[in-house]
Amino acid sequence: MADLPAREPLIFELGKPGRQAGTQFPPRAAGSAEIPAHLRRAVPPALPEVSELQVVRHFTRLSQMNFSIDTHFYPLGSCTMKYNPKACNSFAMLPEFLGLHPLGPEPQGFMACMYELQEMLQEITGMQAVSLTPMAGAQGEFAGVAMIRAYHRARNDLGRTEIIVPQAAHGTNPATAAMCGCSVKEIPCDANGDVDIEALRAAVGPATAGIMLTNPSTLGVFEHKIAEVASIVHEAGGLLYYDGANLNAILGKVRPGDMGFDVIHMNLHKTFSTPHGGGGPGSGAVGVGARLRPFLPIPIVGRDGGRYRWLTERDLPQSIGRLSGFMGNAGVNLRAYVYMRLLGREGMVRVAEFAALNANYLMKRLQAAGYEAAYPTRRASHEFIITLKRENRLYGVTAMDVAKRLLDYGFHAPTTYFPLLVPECLLIEPTETEAKEDLDRFCEAMIAIRREMEHESEKLAAAPHTMPVRRLDDVRAAKQLDLAWKPAA
Amino acid sequence: MAFIPHTADDIDRMLECIGAKTIDDLFDEIPVALRAGELKLPPAMGEMELGRLLTERATGDGRPVNFIGAGAYEHHIPAPVWAITTRGEFYSAYTPYQAEASQGTLQLIYEYQSMMCALTGMEVSNASLYDGASALAEACLMAVRANRGSISRRILLPRSLNPTYAQVALAIAGNQGIVFESVDFDRSAGRTLLESLQPYTGQDVTALVIQQPNFFGSLEEADELTDWAHQNKILVIAVVNPISLAVLKAPGQWGTRTDSGHGADIVCGEGQPLGVPLASGGPYFGFMTTRMQYVRQMPGRIVGRTVDTEGRPGFSLTLQAREQHIRRSKATSNICTNQGLLVTAATIYMSLMGAAGLQQVAAASLQRTADLVARLSAIAGVKVAFTAARFHEAVLLLDRPVALVLSALARRGILGGLDLSDRYPELGHALLVCATETKLDVDIDAYAAALAEVMQTARAAA
Repeated sequence: MADLPAREPLIFELGKPGRQAGTQFPPRAAGSAEIPAHLRRAVPPALPEVSELQVVRHFTRLSQMNFSIDTHFYPLGSCTMKYNPKACNSFAMLPEFLGLHPLGPEPQGFMACMYELQEMLQEITGMQAVSLTPMAGAQGEFAGVAMIRAYHRARNDLGRTEIIVPQAAHGTNPATAAMCGCSVKEIPCDANGDVDIEALRAAVGPATAGIMLTNPSTLGVFEHKIAEVASIVHEAGGLLYYDGANLNAILGKVRPGDMGFDVIHMNLHKTFSTPHGGGGPGSGAVGVGARLRPFLPIPIVGRDGGRYRWLTERDLPQSIGRLSGFMGNAGVNLRAYVYMRLLGREGMVRVAEFAALNANYLMKRLQAAGYEAAYPTRRASHEFIITLKRENRLYGVTAMDVAKRLLDYGFHAPTTYFPLLVPECLLIEPTETEAKEDLDRFCEAMIAIRREMEHESEKLAAAPHTMPVRRLDDVRAAKQLDLAWKPAA
Repeated sequence: MAFIPHTADDIDRMLECIGAKTIDDLFDEIPVALRAGELKLPPAMGEMELGRLLTERATGDGRPVNFIGAGAYEHHIPAPVWAITTRGEFYSAYTPYQAEASQGTLQLIYEYQSMMCALTGMEVSNASLYDGASALAEACLMAVRANRGSISRRILLPRSLNPTYAQVALAIAGNQGIVFESVDFDRSAGRTLLESLQPYTGQDVTALVIQQPNFFGSLEEADELTDWAHQNKILVIAVVNPISLAVLKAPGQWGTRTDSGHGADIVCGEGQPLGVPLASGGPYFGFMTTRMQYVRQMPGRIVGRTVDTEGRPGFSLTLQAREQHIRRSKATSNICTNQGLLVTAATIYMSLMGAAGLQQVAAASLQRTADLVARLSAIAGVKVAFTAARFHEAVLLLDRPVALVLSALARRGILGGLDLSDRYPELGHALLVCATETKLDVDIDAYAAALAEVMQTARAAA
């Protein structure tokens, strides 16, 4: 069972007026006397007043209140929580890399890494060119759709403002289309989890800018009819956008460029194992085919003769522009580069193979334990969906209950209630870096939970029992907003 | 096999359980015609040899003494900041969706939000955005939602704003019909004058952006600009440097109004100065704070304090009804995961420094820049461009093209600043310099000596 610290006061509650971590302060200087009085701050900000040891202890204890990949199996579907190799962090944090100012002379060593990363991502995805600047998956999506719009505009095809999105898509897809000024047309999936081809035919037309697809889809299955989808959309004059959320499943097996996609974003923080950091930083590199190449976001690393240089608006006058203050999450890209060099050609193909082996094994074992797979006739990709609709009917338990109870057994919960199409679902992604024993332990926990459902379902309804807190009152959180600590008046 | 734990026996037993003969069978749903051939990638490398390659590349780029700021600032980073931030429990955790198993990250974000509110003088903060430039783009989109009295979608951007921020705002928000209009700065003061806003008096404008200190390092007259905006029912978006807020008036206090309407409406900026290394421009983090009345218009994650079923305090993500996974195409933004690890570093940094430490960092940076400017402007052919009071950056005017001077300095191991001649051709040979508390007397001496030599040599040659 899990064993996390119970409670830690707020850092503000640890402080005392006048206490300082003085070693960290620069020598006193008179500088601020030059600021005109009316621009000066009158009352100092209410920040903690604590010692260095108090800070170290406080944040170390907070860290211990988290589940993480380094401490727990974390089968969070669609998030690819694989091992984040320590070398990736160590090498990206070499002091010379950390010291580079983004507006300094073009750093040839660092840019060599970025150039090679662009080339490797291009090869893996089967695209013609890559830009590393988008700072997360959602920004990569934004870049992709913005490029599609820019392409139609450049051809003076101004009526193409509709983006088609399957119902199973991530919420970011429709949100992104809206951010790009497009309207969204959702189309259904069929019983096998594939795009409904007839609905697609009916949806495309002269207003179609493009379609956003994830393949394998968020339903955890490979889109059988991808070639047909591609030709329908292309014939209607639209372009195909590949949401790379699930790229881990097909690495080295099939390339989005070969499937007919015109643009792809990759989540380097999923497939290429850069850390999730408790919610970022990610990196959402984009790859494009020939048609969209002129529109890539800048800057990109180019090579002239033997020298690397930044390609900017001068080189790509039709670019959709800059999405970040400098060149995106450079340090994240560097971690992905290290990861890819450690794996190399052989290792890259094994990612998909063992991700699929682990997912299919876990699915079969859970089915044998009485759990219902949402798409039982299909292969799992790198992840699969269990639906608890029967358990919900029989015992009144929910996917949320099972998720919370898994925490007590020392496992991070799978993704719950996504995709929205499948009732009471758990989306389970074990990733390739988990050993068989850990998958077996997870199965044993699921078997034990199944027994609890049948005999003591109240234990599930009240779970978790061993975490620092019990289930939280989210309604109160949203109604009686307490979003910041305030000093006592 | 790199990071794959499976033994041959594991593989056999797992395949047997699945009922497949080979691993390749697991991919039998992919049409054969689409299967990839062998990837043209380099072979795998061990950690040792890769470490050698990367160390060579890193050290090959050298470690020049840096006097460039322009949106990314070199400050001392206390040792505990990254020692704790890179603990696996922070580094390798996901967005805290399972609140009970993520109380550490959630409490940390709540503490971060509290600190950002304190620094900016605002009521609510989100859990971060990608970086300063994209935070401004999101602030512009938010202003359109928040300013219900305005239908123009017109936003005023001073030319004294970081020009890259303006480019990013256009790239991100331009697709939604937002019109950006630029407002000129005063050539002698180096800041935005109230007179240049007068043409917009009485017009429908959604928001005015004020960067403090501005891109030139000059201090804007934030009070009078804010008063003008509010008199004209225009929202104020403040773009600020968080370190400067230890000594400069908080945006929440801008303006001379005394009622609840005083201060900026949305505050955003680049969080990098708070404990995040320069690292070629990222990952950094953007921050955003606002008034409580606009909290439902704010993009990004927000953490709230609540209670559990036993009445104990705890933390969870809240107000998720604004977000993409619920609202889909009607969300406030498509943003989801963003810069959690950098927020961790910044929260530890702010805790260590406190108000007193930040104040000393700000004061020392001001002092070092004042020293630098005094030394450099004493050199023949170098003068100070603007008269306005400054924070820790300044524009110098040279008597010859800046690029040549910078490359001569670079050969002497000094990054002498940012050449502004592309961005602001009207200023002539303009150079933006910055010195933070990390620059010691020896560094400033070295820069002054090198610049004197470079200017002298060129003069002799001419």
